[in-house]
Amino acid sequence: MAPLLKVENLRIELATRAGVAPVIDNLNLELGHGESISFVGESGCGKSMTALAIMGLLPEGIGRVASGSIQFDGEELTTASPRRLREIRGNEISMIFQEPMTSLNPVYTVGEQIAEVLRAHQGLSQKAAWKQAIELLNAVQIPNPKSRMESYPFQMSGGQRQRVMIAIALACTPKILIADEPTTALDVTVQAQIFDLLRDLRAQTGTSIIMITHDMGAVAEMSERMIVMYAGRKAEEGPVDQVIARARHPYTHGLISCVPHIVANLTEERQDLTEVPGIVPGLSEFGQDLCLFSSRCPRVTDQCRQARPPEAHFGNSRISACWHAEEL
Amino acid sequence: MNALHVTTTRIFYAILLLLAVLVLNFTMMHLAPGDVADTIAQSMGGADEETMAQIRADYGLDKSFLVQLGSYLGRVLRFDLGYSFYYNQPVTSLILQRLPATLLLVFTAQIFAMFIGVVLGVISARRPNGILSHFVTFIALFGYSAPVFWTGILLLIGFSLKIQWFPVAGMRDVTLEGGFAVRALDIMRHMVLPTITLSSIFLALYSRLSRASMMETLGSDYVRTAKAKGLTEREVVYKHALKNALSPVITLAGLQFSAVISGAVLVETVFAWPGLGTLAFQSILARDTPTILGILFFSSSLL
Repeated sequence: MAPLLKVENLRIELATRAGVAPVIDNLNLELGHGESISFVGESGCGKSMTALAIMGLLPEGIGRVASGSIQFDGEELTTASPRRLREIRGNEISMIFQEPMTSLNPVYTVGEQIAEVLRAHQGLSQKAAWKQAIELLNAVQIPNPKSRMESYPFQMSGGQRQRVMIAIALACTPKILIADEPTTALDVTVQAQIFDLLRDLRAQTGTSIIMITHDMGAVAEMSERMIVMYAGRKAEEGPVDQVIARARHPYTHGLISCVPHIVANLTEERQDLTEVPGIVPGLSEFGQDLCLFSSRCPRVTDQCRQARPPEAHFGNSRISACWHAEEL
Repeated sequence: MNALHVTTTRIFYAILLLLAVLVLNFTMMHLAPGDVADTIAQSMGGADEETMAQIRADYGLDKSFLVQLGSYLGRVLRFDLGYSFYYNQPVTSLILQRLPATLLLVFTAQIFAMFIGVVLGVISARRPNGILSHFVTFIALFGYSAPVFWTGILLLIGFSLKIQWFPVAGMRDVTLEGGFAVRALDIMRHMVLPTITLSSIFLALYSRLSRASMMETLGSDYVRTAKAKGLTEREVVYKHALKNALSPVITLAGLQFSAVISGAVLVETVFAWPGLGTLAFQSILARDTPTILGILFFSSSLL
């Protein structure tokens, strides 16, 4: 079966003061029907940019798709009309954002904000949309949904607001849900609840999910496949359990070593926690013909500094963009 | 209980403040050279010392400063603002006659400035680097820096003298006969230029502020959410962004209201608009102390 979403050779350029920087450089990925994948990487690696590009919401006048294609269900999105994109957004592809505290409009009730999507895409009447919005609030497990419809966002906690965001995103039973660090702003117990909720809803609706996160725990919990991104490029891709068991890219290895609970059980002798030294290079350094991770890599050789590593394919559709992938 | 307490304290302070304003105004008027006797003498073609003294005695201007102040305060406390020497009418009725014209002008100008200002602000916020945006910035700067009376006279020359679209002065055409609609239309025609003139400063403020506030709102997370919902651009801008962007504009409009009223004095004078401003201006020229004091007292109690 053809993949639901297919991104090919995507290049996104961002206009910065220093010039044009390729914030996404030659990215390929596929998302199957009902599949859940994760984008992993530090801040500034282009995860959110990829998501915004899929939504057609790159910051106007600053970011643009320079080349490559994004195909949704066989339909090219990079050249689609704004009108068609509007039809898809919130209807077939939805997104929830990192910051539930500011992502809801403070001057409208949450009921109105949910009902609005239903009216826009399903042509429901005011009354029917309101009724269905109550059911959605119920589905995202907000107690007493009927009276909560009249609440304003400031009357809700962060977790509840994120639930409302999820209700908005899932209102039209989209084919793809993009969750951009949905739990980063929430405290740990609420994080677990939100993940549970997303998993339950996925099981019920069969929606494909793209999770953007830098939390390896969340990846292991939520997704089948993961894509590790570094400085606008794909570093590694593969099934989550295999990648965690044996990372084929030093960057992935570094990310995994930062997380205690997936490396070892509490009873076992634990490995030392390590960090990945250094920081992600600035945008101006993106796009050079070398391995952008080389400045931080413990295995760096001359070759890494001279040419961009090709994507090496391994069994089980694993990919690693490292000159030394074979040795790892 | 507490709320009541706060209210009474507020009222008490307000009265105290008004009294202070009264005393201060009265003192200043007293210190200013010239009085109504000069004006009367002037209109009679000059008078000798004896007649001047007679006039002053008639109006009680020969009494000592404190006695005059005391009797004035006493009358004001009884809601009597005195009697205009110049217009031969009680000051209170004089003010009430002129008030509607001023209020009409002030409210129209305020609403006009807010509406156009917000529209211009929104337009320029959506394309911050477009030609239209630069044009709006220019208009705003111009309107803000040009003195109102100058703008007024310029508009008069342009639209009343060169191309005679609008009447030169006044509020209504006395020769005009007809029903309510005809007269209302006539007043509107007279209002166009004064309204534009008075609005020009505030228009600039509102358009700059709404532009800034709108740009901030358009970059906010909930506007991104609205876009992600697949709403049309119009819904995103006017339903989700504008309502949030308006709140600083409304706050400013409240604060600016007193400035609009004081701006009205100049504009009314330029266009001979029969409102409080023109009244104040004429009474100052005529040294009509009770009227001036009455207007000052009235406008300070409004605020």
